Amino acid sequence: MTEKEKILGRIREALTVPVRLAGAHHGETAIRGAVETPRPTSPTLVGRGVPTAPVTDPPNANAYSSSRARAWLPVVGESFDARLSLFKKNSIELKAAFHVLNDRHELATSLCSLRDEEKWKKIGFHSGELTNEAVHALNLPSCRTDQSCNVADLESCDAGITECDALVAQTGSVLVTARSAGGRALSVLPPHHVVLARREELIADLPEAFALLKTKYGANYPSFISFITGPSRTGDIERILVLGAHGPKKLTIFLL
Amino acid sequence: MKAFAEQFKQRAWRVTRDLRHREIIQTALRKYEVVRDKSKAAFQDWQAARQAASETKWEAINHLDKYLLEFVEKLEARGTKVHWASTAKQARDIIFGVIREKKARSIIKSKAMTSEEIHLNEALEEAGFDVVESDLGEFIVQLKKEAPYHIVFPAMHLTRGEISELFARELGSAPTDNPEDLTMIARRVLRRKYITADIGLTGANFAIAETGMISITENEGNARLTAALPKTLISLLGIEKVLPRLEDLALFLPMLATAGTGQPLTCYNSLYGGPRQPGETDGPEEYHVVLLDNRRTELLADAEQRDALHCIRCGACLNVCPIFRNVGGHTYGTTYSGPIGSVITPHLRELQDWKHLSYASSLCGACTETCPVKIDLHHHLLQNRRNAAKQKPSALEKFAFKLFGFLVNHPAAYAFTKGAGRLAQKLHPLVKGTRLDPAYSWTKTRDLPPIAKQTFREYWKSRNTR
Amino acid sequence: MRVTLFIPCFVDLMFPSVGISMVKILERLGHQIHCPENITCCGQPAFNSGYWEESRDVAVKVLDALTDSEVVVIASGSCGAMLKVFYSELFAGTEYAQAAKLLAAKCYEFSDFLVTKLGVTDLGARFPAKVTFHDGCHGLRELGNKRPARDLLAKVRDLELVEMRDAEVCCGFGGTFAAKFPMISTAMGEVKCASALETGADYIVSNDSSCLMHVQGLLSRQGSEVKTIHLAEILAQS
Repeated sequence: MTEKEKILGRIREALTVPVRLAGAHHGETAIRGAVETPRPTSPTLVGRGVPTAPVTDPPNANAYSSSRARAWLPVVGESFDARLSLFKKNSIELKAAFHVLNDRHELATSLCSLRDEEKWKKIGFHSGELTNEAVHALNLPSCRTDQSCNVADLESCDAGITECDALVAQTGSVLVTARSAGGRALSVLPPHHVVLARREELIADLPEAFALLKTKYGANYPSFISFITGPSRTGDIERILVLGAHGPKKLTIFLL
Repeated sequence: MKAFAEQFKQRAWRVTRDLRHREIIQTALRKYEVVRDKSKAAFQDWQAARQAASETKWEAINHLDKYLLEFVEKLEARGTKVHWASTAKQARDIIFGVIREKKARSIIKSKAMTSEEIHLNEALEEAGFDVVESDLGEFIVQLKKEAPYHIVFPAMHLTRGEISELFARELGSAPTDNPEDLTMIARRVLRRKYITADIGLTGANFAIAETGMISITENEGNARLTAALPKTLISLLGIEKVLPRLEDLALFLPMLATAGTGQPLTCYNSLYGGPRQPGETDGPEEYHVVLLDNRRTELLADAEQRDALHCIRCGACLNVCPIFRNVGGHTYGTTYSGPIGSVITPHLRELQDWKHLSYASSLCGACTETCPVKIDLHHHLLQNRRNAAKQKPSALEKFAFKLFGFLVNHPAAYAFTKGAGRLAQKLHPLVKGTRLDPAYSWTKTRDLPPIAKQTFREYWKSRNTR
Repeated sequence: MRVTLFIPCFVDLMFPSVGISMVKILERLGHQIHCPENITCCGQPAFNSGYWEESRDVAVKVLDALTDSEVVVIASGSCGAMLKVFYSELFAGTEYAQAAKLLAAKCYEFSDFLVTKLGVTDLGARFPAKVTFHDGCHGLRELGNKRPARDLLAKVRDLELVEMRDAEVCCGFGGTFAAKFPMISTAMGEVKCASALETGADYIVSNDSSCLMHVQGLLSRQGSEVKTIHLAEILAQS
């Protein structure tokens, strides 16, 4: 018997012992100040080897879907404007720079200002409608990940410029994949990550993000998907926030 | 055996009296509480979210074979090599096998508590491999040759001064008081390692059955780099990490972040579903996933405590536990500390050796209250106590409780004991606080209240005979 | 109504005024008090230590003695939790399972009884002092009692209630834990005392005498002027 068979065998054996439903114990939360009536007593515990009814699914098991999760997750307004202002607010808190631009021309000028401010000498990017334009406008030595850009090359870039799959208003996140953002390393190795996003990519929440992934890539998922929420950070030293732990210290998002 | 319990007590004596440690940990956890409460409040209904998370994990664990198989099938379909390890040794052997096959020498790791569990680093170092922890906290404790203090905040117990000293000593860096400078020192050192490492090794927070992907939650980006640059990638995870569907992450990622660090979402939440795919521009050429049992299936078979496998390793129970706060993470002597560690260690190791952790609790229930997946933690501690006493009862304790039972059930015996107690009290000042004092474990640090001149019973009796 | 008052051993022996206060209050409200003579321990010490058989030997007497009670009021959060919550676990799968369920349904911890069952918050009490409240864990988390004590204190004349930081954090008593792991128990108690002292209160109040015993023990050893008092003792004062 292979280890696989042994482990699966043990699992199946273990699961012949039934358990009571999830979360169904009396040691529940003392909800702050809200409880007035005494808690109900606990359901009869199933002790070791005391058989009861066979394992059945909890009532909502298969009915659970992420749309239900919407009822508990933080609220996101219905309109584009609501999403936009929420994403803005989150970006500020996350210390990510977020700029709403009117057109491609503004994009070019904004990028060039940034280049000068940050003193970029070399940039990494992947081929894309927006990224190609950006790189053209910046007029710097560059390294294209979908061409011949090796790690050493990429490491010497001051910024990595990518597109994305979505901006998630609820969390202030940028959704990227290996396909939409030029691989795994481009958006994390250079010390400054620049995202070029389109208005229609601004979505409301995480449930929508996962639905989008399914629709867009369901037939053949990329091997890497990531929700990027602000620049890299750590609190490992005395719980003090430091940006740029290993990933990019700076994250700039342009919305067209 | 008694040895582990004794060790625990000795360490506890030392650490609970260390007021500096108390201050550091309390300060850190107060900061956590503030942000956690803010993130929780942003949820429309945190309690309902807990219930849903609990039910989803219930579904996953109670159909573990089905979801594991689906997970593996999907992974293998896209070129991942999946390995199954029943024991820690098997897992180490598998990993060593991959390393040797690739003729690798340097390994870079992102945070993986499961790798601590199988004592991987020691084995690798002993065999002469260069293994580096890339998570800043883990990097720090690795340099210090210490175990992680906390499953989420490995270096929580150290001050910036201590870290500066450590870096100066081990890395030759200039001393600095500035956390940012210290972080940059580590960043520079580790950058070289990411680029030159032959093998990357990660853990996993979740294993998504539906799409055959592992999910990694982090803030620093070190896991992303570990999974992007080396040619060969290995992910090690416990079989209980399974979640049924991709969309379950819409709930679990924010809950893990909120409970774990108090953030609405951590900086990077990434999914990995295979080695570099056709058309992709980078990523490992080879991807191995090692599934670890290591007695999890035994815990699965325990009808009362199966839900301990629902754990998402957020660390929230550690953060709220007053025992953890006062004895610190190193006192436990286990991979997993705090309430969850106390619950599962007797199952993953031996009950009699580790039952003391279940006794070292006031059963306050703060852990159960905070757990995002509603594991009945403090009641499991009670169950461990019962199981331990059943398996190997202490004749002395059994007798003591029988005697106590007799005394409380028989009014005459009770009255006699009370009288004896009153007499003993008169003599007590002679031995109070010394080793001869039978109540020494109390009176060493606390005063004992006297038996009342008139007990309630005596009062009630006198009232009724009027 | 006829209220059965369950006075646990440590209240009987060391804090009788707590029980006496409860009798006073309930009688003032017009109820008839019955105190069963032959029971004094809920069986928690043995239960918590894992010796459930020995615990059952004690608990079964309690079940029997309280069978005919209309309502049972318990003078402590931890014993209250034992009767109301843990008896069902203790007696699961035995012939007493049903009896345990029935008992649970008619059990109340004292403050909960006043506010929830009787709907009373104003007892005409007066206690001119600054106090802070410690939430005993069993009462708080096993029984879900947070508000009743505060609703009652709010109606006490001339009393100022200041909430301490970490009021809900365990004081460190934990029953046999205090003796088995005295160093941890003491550290937890020291943290609790410090939180309480920070408020500048004259008294630390709680629903659980065992918590108060532990905290008082530390305060006395520290030479502190701050005193501990049970909620019932405050409510009985006029």
